[in-house]
This record gives sequence, C-alpha cells and structure tokens, in this order.
Amino acid sequence: MKTSVFFAAMTAAGLSAGAAAAGTLDDVKARGTLNCGVTTGLVGFAAPNANGEWEGFDVAVCRAVAAAVLSDPTAIEFVPTTGKTRFTALASGEIDMLARNTTWTFTRDVDLKFEFTGVNYYDGQGFMVPKALGVSSAKELDGATVCIQTGTTTELNLADFFRKNNMDYEPVPIETNAESQQQYLAGACDVYTTDRSGLAATRASFENPEEHAILPETISKEPLGPLVRHGDHEWGDVVRWTLNALIAAEELGVTSANIEELAKGTNRPEVNRLLGTEGTLGEMLGLDKDWAKRAIMVGGNYGELFAKNIGESTPIGLARGLNAQWTDGGLLYAPPFR
Amino acid sequence: MTTLTDPPEESFRLSMLINDTRYRSYTFQFIALMLLIVFMSYLGWNLVQNLAEQGQNISYRFLGEPSGYDINQTPIEYDSQSTHLRASIVGVLNTIIVAFLGCVSATILGVTAGVLRLSPNWLVRKLMAAYVEAFRNVPVLIWILIIFSIMTAAMPAPSAFRGDAPDASMVFGAVAFTNRGVYVPSPIWGSGSLIVVLLFIASVIGVFAYRRYATKLLYDTGKLLPMGWPSLAILVLPSVIAYYILGQPISLEYPELKGFNFGGGIHIRGSLIALWFALAIYTGAFIAENVRAGIQAISRGQTEAAASLGLRPRRIMNLVILPQALRIVIPPVISQYLNLTKNSSLAIAVGYMDVTGTLGGITLNQTGRAIETVLMLMLFYLLISLAISGVMNLYNNAMKLQER
Repeated sequence: MKTSVFFAAMTAAGLSAGAAAAGTLDDVKARGTLNCGVTTGLVGFAAPNANGEWEGFDVAVCRAVAAAVLSDPTAIEFVPTTGKTRFTALASGEIDMLARNTTWTFTRDVDLKFEFTGVNYYDGQGFMVPKALGVSSAKELDGATVCIQTGTTTELNLADFFRKNNMDYEPVPIETNAESQQQYLAGACDVYTTDRSGLAATRASFENPEEHAILPETISKEPLGPLVRHGDHEWGDVVRWTLNALIAAEELGVTSANIEELAKGTNRPEVNRLLGTEGTLGEMLGLDKDWAKRAIMVGGNYGELFAKNIGESTPIGLARGLNAQWTDGGLLYAPPFR
Repeated sequence: MTTLTDPPEESFRLSMLINDTRYRSYTFQFIALMLLIVFMSYLGWNLVQNLAEQGQNISYRFLGEPSGYDINQTPIEYDSQSTHLRASIVGVLNTIIVAFLGCVSATILGVTAGVLRLSPNWLVRKLMAAYVEAFRNVPVLIWILIIFSIMTAAMPAPSAFRGDAPDASMVFGAVAFTNRGVYVPSPIWGSGSLIVVLLFIASVIGVFAYRRYATKLLYDTGKLLPMGWPSLAILVLPSVIAYYILGQPISLEYPELKGFNFGGGIHIRGSLIALWFALAIYTGAFIAENVRAGIQAISRGQTEAAASLGLRPRRIMNLVILPQALRIVIPPVISQYLNLTKNSSLAIAVGYMDVTGTLGGITLNQTGRAIETVLMLMLFYLLISLAISGVMNLYNNAMKLQER
C-alpha cells in the first residue's frame, strides 16, 4: 500500500506540473466542473444532506466559486478529505481548491506552498466535556484522556497548552470527526478537543446535547479559510475575491432577496462595481461581469450563509462573535471593490 | 587413421550476442535491466523536477526539529519537545511491540488450531474449521475495528469504578478492565530483586538442563525419570525461597483511580489490545492452515509406524509428526509473520501510534514532507521484513532435514 501511495505521489506530482502550467482557471472552465475538497462530514460546515447533496458553510464557498466561474453552483465534484489527505490532494492537483475548515498557518502558507485566499471563519480551539464530570475550566483537566483529530493544528495546540500549564494528559488520536464522536460518547475519552465551531457542530448532532459543556477557554487562534495551490495567482484571485464578494455583499446590504433589483443599477458605485453594472472588475479576473452576482445569488451573502448553516437559529447555534462585519465590531473586512 | 580435430575456435563477433544461444539470454537480460534503470531514473528525475517546479525539494532537515505533538504509548522517554526523529523511533518501537506480541500469539493460536483441526473429535475439528474460515475470510481491518468497538462499548468507563457503590469493580482488586484499556499492577523492584530475577533465569536454564539430562538418560540407559514435577520444582522453588529470604524485595503497585483515570500500574491501551488480538487471531487462522498442510504432508505411514511401536497419540504428534511437519510449515509461516508486521500499519484505525501513525501520520502532516516520510516508511518496513525473514531463515536452516 505504501508503494502505491509513493507512485501515486510521483505520478500526481507529474500531472500537477502540467496543470499548473495551464492555469487552474482555464482547467476548471475546460472541465466544466470544480473539484472542491471538503471534510468527510461536519454538520453545518460540510456534510451531505438527506438527498446526498453537500451543504454547509464551507460548501457554500465552493458553490459560490463554481457559480462565479462556471455559472452553475452544482457543477462541483466534492472530494471528501481527512486532516491527513487534504494537503496532498490539493498539492497533487486532485482538487482545485480546499474549503475544509483549514487553519491558516505560516508553515502551511510558506513551507507547504499553499495560498490562503482569506478567512471565512475566525475560530479558536476549545474543549468539550460531559457535564457529569463537573469540570468548569480547562485548567482542571490534569490527567484527562483527550480525544483529538490527528493531523490538525489542534494536536500541536493541545500539547502546548498542557505543557504550558504543567499538566498531564493522554492523547487518543482519531482519524475523523465521526469516530471521535463515537469514542467521546462511549466515555473512552473524557474530553474532546477541536475548533469551537467544530465542537458546537458535533454537539448539535448528539442525542442529548444539553449534557455536554464547551469549556470557556479558547487556547488558540484558528483562522479558517479556503486555500489553493501556491503560484497560480489568477486562480487564487478568483477564489479570494469570490469570498470577498460574499463578505462585501453583506456589508453593502446586498442580499439574495434584493440582488435582482440592485443588479439593474443603483446610485451606489461600489454596489454597481460589485454587481458588474459599472466597471470591468469581472473581466480583470478572467470572468464575465455578472460573476459576483451569480456567486451571491447561490445562497446569499456571507451573513445569510452564516445564519442558514451555522447561525443561532440552527442546531449548531454559533453566534457571529469575531465573525461579524468590522462595522459591527467583528473581524470581517473585505478590501474595497474598485 | 582418423584424427579428431577440434572445430576451429571461433572468435567472438558482435552478431553472436543475438544469434548465439550462449549469449542471447544475457543480451536480453542486459537490455531489460537497462530499460528498467532508465524507467526508474526517469520516474526519479520526473519527481525531483516536478518538486522543483513547485518550489519544493527533498530534505530531511525536519527530522531534527521538535515534533510538537504528544504520543500516548511511549516505550522510551518522549515529549512534545522531542524531535521528529525521536517520534519516529517511538513509532518504530510501538510497531515492533505489536508485531512481536502478534507473532507470538498468532503462532500459539495457529499451531493449536492447526493441530486440533485434525483432531478425531468431530466437534473440536468443526469448531476449529469455523474459526479458521471466519477469521481468514474477513479483512483484518474489520476485525481490528470490531474488537476495538466491543471494548469501547462493552467495558465500563473509569468513572464507573468511582463512588461507594460503583457499577464496576477491579478483578481481584488488582486488574481494572476499562474501555480505555486494561490496568494491571506493575512490579516495584526493591533492593535484592536482581538476585531473585537472576535466580529465576538460572532456574529456567536449570529446567532445560534437567530435561536434557533426563532425555539423554532415557536414550542411553532406558531409565525414565519423572519430567513434570521436578521441572516445576526447579523452576519455582529457588526463586520463591530467595524471595522470602531477601524479605520480599519485589512488590506490586496496584492501579488506583486518580482523577479522570487510573494511575499507577501498567496501562495496556485498548488500541494495543484491539490491534494485537485482531492481528493474532487473523494471522493465527492462516498459520493454522499452514500447520494443517504441514501435518497432512507427512505420510500416514509415519503415524502408523509410531503407533505400532506403542507410542501414545500425543507422543506421536509431538515426537514424530510435528518435528517433520515443521520443515514444511516454517517457510510459509515466515511470510505470515511478514504479513502481520505489515498489517500492523492499520494501527491508525484505532489510534495506536505505530510508525505509520507518528512518522507517516502526524509528522507527515505537520511538516508536509510526504515523499520523504513515505520513503523512510518504505525503508523501515523493508528492513524489518528482511530482518524477520533473516532470523526465521536461520531457524529454518537449523530445522531442515540434515542430509547425511
């Protein structure tokens, strides 16, 4: 099995060199589908629904890009990736972009040669414990058995946190979120740790979510965002500005309800430039003038996507918090469309 | 008079490489070898070239950097500040631990099942056939997951041991079976314990010496010494006497519920147990078939001849059949050992941190050095496989029919 991985890596490296030369944008257009890497299933972020269609907050980014580039939000081949396989899948060209709650870190950006195209969720690592344990702070977790998804930044943060606080723990490395959920519920580990959004999403899928508490400590910064291969800046720009379009649309008050009307032309120049009735922003990206309009129309602007997939009215119930617009005291700040 | 003249010595011509059957095969082998080398170097060159195009290179510098992650089962000292290299070594040791445990138990299980499969007792025979067929025909990954799930779901959590009227209690107050694994007492080596241990090792050697002497006496003079109770006495008595004379230097540390988990004692993790058992029963089924084949390959006449000498069935098996069958059994069993060792790379399915989990898992992920780590993994599995077959081949040579 190891041999086949090795040869696959070599052939994939060979293929991707060709792909990089041609330009991912042209490839996607020629292929007619977007290959988008997502998680193997995290409710609210990316999971297939009852009809087998992928949906979620990360999936929405893929759909917006597909709509902008291919005019068809369903022209997507979703590739489920684990924490371990995601970077190889992207580097080898198997996927065009990765939207899989992946933390933007220095080494991933610089050493692994990827390009993070923005942040679609500002997160931090937290801990979930059964309320029956009577733990109210992560500082009380000395000696605990901790379930953790292997191959993620959480693994490193966890080691740092326990070392810094001079505490012992027993890591139980697990491959996917579903398995850790099973282990945690069976009591094979006392604590489950991952990004707080992931904890909320996982807890929402429990039978009795109210029996589990998310501890107040946030032990790391986890800016999660979509990423593409380093070096293909045209494609990187498309993904970056599609995400920015979603964020800017919320700031500018463009919603899926009023977008048709606004697209006829308004007296606000930035809205006009965003929706293509003024200027040539779309052409600069190598797309047409309606690109952003199509991207926003798929599921609405950033705020609508947030509310629909992971917001307070959903079982996951995440507050906007850091992910509010900068005008509301959050960190979302799309550069100007001009 | 006729003279026989040798045919004129033909000088070597280039066309002989193709036309002369003496050289032709060399020519083609040489061409095939060249093509293979060209192909492999093309792949290698292609790899380096494409990596360079992506701005990457082959570098093993990450091995010296701190790993940053923790490992639960660490046979040697290790923490998150240790290097990636040390994390790999921890993984290697964990692989060797599970492979060793697995090989030993698979052999015991396999030989027992293989012999019992030929038992005259219908029930025993059929039970063993059911074992072999059930375990041989279901993928080992499934067995690993089944055993692990059963352990997680059926065993009590450590919290069940808490309180005045706990739901679960420790067996003999010493062993705790939990869904995180089994906690057993660990020995504490006091002063003088070395003497006891050395004495015990000497006793083991003594037992072998006694049995050898008894066998020799039997062959030379026909006098049969009792085997059972003297062996036991030699094995146990000296150590026990020394243990009490020296004032019980070895004591046991019992596992105790501390905080979230049991503390003290030895923690045999659920992941190790699941992996070990699954590999042992799976490979054991294959070894059982090898043993059965080996026994059946021994001519029926051997059994009948031994029986006509008045040997009892068990002695026929132990003294006549098995020693001959071993020669046939060992070579396929070597490859089962290799299979078991390589199958242990499925460890990550239950979170057992073998070398595929540390070097090929977390290290690969955190450093992104996929090609480097996979090359190292391949090299490691190659080396350990060669080592196992090397040792087993020595044993095979010792056991094989001595031509006189």
